[in-house]
Amino acid sequence: MTPDKRMKGSRALVAALEHEGCDVLFGYPGGVAIPFYDALYDAKKLRHILVRHEQGAAHAADGYARATGRVGVCTATSGPGATNLVTGIATAYLDSSPLVAITWQVRSDLIGTDAFQEADITGITLPIVKHSYLLKDTADLAQTVHEAFHIASTGRPGPVVIDIPVDVALGEAAYHDADSLDLPGYKPTFRGHVKQVRAAAKAINEAHRPVLYLGGGAITSDAAPEILKLAELRRLPVATTLMALGAFPETHELSMGMLGMHGTVTANYAVHECDLLINLGARFDDRVTGKLKAFAPHAKVIHVDVDPAEIGKNVAPIIPIVGDVKHVTAGLVKELQGMEWSPDLTAEWLARIAERKEEFPLHYEDPKDGKLAPQLVIQEIDRITGHDAIVCTDVGQHQMWATQHYTYTFPRQFVSSGGLGTMGFGLPASIGAKIGNPDKTVIDISGDGGFQMTMQELATAVSYDVPVVVCILNNGYLGMVRQWQDLFWDKRYSFTCVEVQPDFKLLAEAFGAVGLTVTEKDEIEPALREAIGNGRPTVIDFRTSAEENVYPMVPAGQEITEMIGGTSRKTRRKP
Amino acid sequence: MKHTLSILVENKPGVLTRVAGLFARRGFNIESLAVGLSEDPKFSRITIVIDGDEHPVDQVTKQLHKLINVLKIRDLDPGNAVAAELLLVRVAGEGEKRTEALQIAEIFNAKIVDVDRRQLTLRVVGTNDKLEALLELLQPLGVLEVVRTGTIALGRGRGG
Repeated sequence: MTPDKRMKGSRALVAALEHEGCDVLFGYPGGVAIPFYDALYDAKKLRHILVRHEQGAAHAADGYARATGRVGVCTATSGPGATNLVTGIATAYLDSSPLVAITWQVRSDLIGTDAFQEADITGITLPIVKHSYLLKDTADLAQTVHEAFHIASTGRPGPVVIDIPVDVALGEAAYHDADSLDLPGYKPTFRGHVKQVRAAAKAINEAHRPVLYLGGGAITSDAAPEILKLAELRRLPVATTLMALGAFPETHELSMGMLGMHGTVTANYAVHECDLLINLGARFDDRVTGKLKAFAPHAKVIHVDVDPAEIGKNVAPIIPIVGDVKHVTAGLVKELQGMEWSPDLTAEWLARIAERKEEFPLHYEDPKDGKLAPQLVIQEIDRITGHDAIVCTDVGQHQMWATQHYTYTFPRQFVSSGGLGTMGFGLPASIGAKIGNPDKTVIDISGDGGFQMTMQELATAVSYDVPVVVCILNNGYLGMVRQWQDLFWDKRYSFTCVEVQPDFKLLAEAFGAVGLTVTEKDEIEPALREAIGNGRPTVIDFRTSAEENVYPMVPAGQEITEMIGGTSRKTRRKP
Repeated sequence: MKHTLSILVENKPGVLTRVAGLFARRGFNIESLAVGLSEDPKFSRITIVIDGDEHPVDQVTKQLHKLINVLKIRDLDPGNAVAAELLLVRVAGEGEKRTEALQIAEIFNAKIVDVDRRQLTLRVVGTNDKLEALLELLQPLGVLEVVRTGTIALGRGRGG
C-alpha cells in the first residue's frame, strides 16, 4: 500500500483488515453494508464467507479464533443484522475469545432518529464487549481496526465491536497502514512479579498434595509446553476445566481429566484433598467449584491470571500472580530447576490418585432401550480419529459426554461454548474451525436440539466446500434440562421432549450435504469412516438412548465431592 | 465505609456510559458521581462515591481498570484528600422561620442565591457530612427541594 493514498472508507477497511493479517471474514450483507461488500468484491487476499444467519457469522469467526489462536472477524448490516450477532459476541466474551465484529450503521446524521434498520449496537453490546467503537470519521478507520485487533487479541482476549455509519464507508480519506497504538489506558501485564513467582515455586516445591488446575488461560497464552514441563518436573497431577481441555494431554499419566459438575471422581477428590491448588488461568467458575466455601478446603491457593480482576473475585489466593500463564509457568519451571526436591514428598499422594483413577473410571451401562449409548458414540469418534480431531460442540448432555469420552491431546482441539453455554454454537463454530485448519478432521458433536438452532449453516458448509462432520446425538429430548427434571423436578418433563423432528438424513441431503442415520453399534464405525473420508459436509444422525444421564454429576451449589454416580464399578463403593 | 474513587478517563464519547454501565452490570451501587474535564482537555476526571461495605472496592477498581478508556484510579484516603460537594436547597422561610434559616445559612457559610416572600434558596459548598448536617437543621423549617452535585475530590500533594 502506497502511503497516504486517498481511498473510500470501504476500501480502507479492506486494506486495514488485510494489513492485520485477516484472510477470512464471515458475514451477511445488507442495505448500509453495500459499500463494504462492493469493496469486498475486488478484495484479493480477504476471503468472505457468506453465512445463512448473522449468528452463524459470529460463531464461525469465534470457532476460527479458538481453533487457530488468530483474531476471528465477522460483519453484519445495521439493525437486525447487528442484533443477530449479539449471542455470538456474548459467547466470545464469556470465553475470552478474540473476535472483531464489524457492524454497519445508518448514516451519521440519521443516528438517533429511529431510522430504518437502526439499532444502537454499541449500546446493546456494551456489557458483553471488551471494547467498542462508533466510528465518526473515515480518516480514523485504519487506526481503529489496528487498535481493535490489538485489544481483541492481547491480555485477556475478548470481542471488540466496530460500528461504522455508512457515510464513513462512503467518505474518502488518506489511507496509510496503522502500526502504532494510542491506548494510554490499556497495558496488560504479561510477566508475573518475580517475587511472587519465587514464592509460588517454593510452595510447589514443599507441597505434599499438589494439584494443577488449568483454565482457558492455559490455552489462550499457548502455555501447553511450559505446563507439561512444570507438571513433569514436580510430578503434579493435572485437572482441567472445560475451557482448558487439550492444554495437557489426557493420555499423560498425570492427567486426571476435567473437574467440576461433570468432572471425574479423581479430579474432584484430588481438588478436595489437595494441600496446594495451583490455578493457572482459570476463574473458579461455579460449574467448577460447586459450593464455593467447601471448595479445596485444605489447600493453599496459587492463582495465576492475566486479568487482575479475576484474582480474589471468588477465592482469595495466598499467592496471587498477575501475568499470563505462559510467562509465569516458564518462570516457575526456572525457579524449580534450581531447587532441591525429592519425589518421596508426593509419592503417597500420586499413589492415591492412581488408585482412584483405576477404581473410579468414567463408566456407563448399556442402555436398556436398545438404542446407542451416547458415550460409546463419542468413544468411537475418539478411537477412529486417533485423539487427533478438532471437536466442536453445542451445549448440553452431548457436550458433557464429549468432554468426558474424547481424549484431548493438544491445545485448541476442543471448541465449545463454556461460559455462556450457547446452543447452536457447534455447527457454525466447526465451519470456522475447519476453515482455519483445513488439514484437520473437524467434528461437530451436537444434540438434536442445538443442531436445529443453527442448522441452516449446513448450506454455508456445502457452498464453500467445508467438509465438517456433524454427529448428532439424537435422543429426542433437550437432554440436559430433562436430566435436571429427572433428578430434581420429579421427572416432570415439561417441554423437553422434542416430539416432532426433521429426518436429519433427508435434511442434510436437502442442503446438498451427505446424510447418514445410525441406529446399531456396528454401524458407528463405517458411518464415521465414510463421513471423515468422503471430503464432504456430512451429518450423522446417531439414534441414542432417550433417557441416558450424564454422570458423575454434582448438583448445582453442592460440594464437588457430593457426586451423583461416580461409584466404583466393581465394589459399588463411594470414594 | 464510604470510598471516594477518583478516576481519570479519556475524554471520549460514551466513556461515562461505560463506567456507569459497568457499575450496573456488576451490581455495584453508586452513591454519587461527578464528571468534568481534567487539567488536560484530553482527559476527564470522574469522582465516584461507593459504599465499601456493600461491595469490595478492590473488585470495583479492578473491573474499572479493565475499561480501555480508564487510565488511573485512586481510592482517596479521606485523611489525605480534599473533597467538596455543592448543594442547592430551597427552604420555606416566612417570619421567624426566615430568621432561623438565615442564621443557619450564616453558620454554614451558605449564600442566599434566591429569595421571595415565602421561601429562600441557599447555596452551600462543603463535605458530604457538612451538607447532611445543614439539611438536618433545615428540615424542621420545611425543605422544599434539594439538588446536589455529588462529591468531587482530589488527593493532597502529588495529584489525583
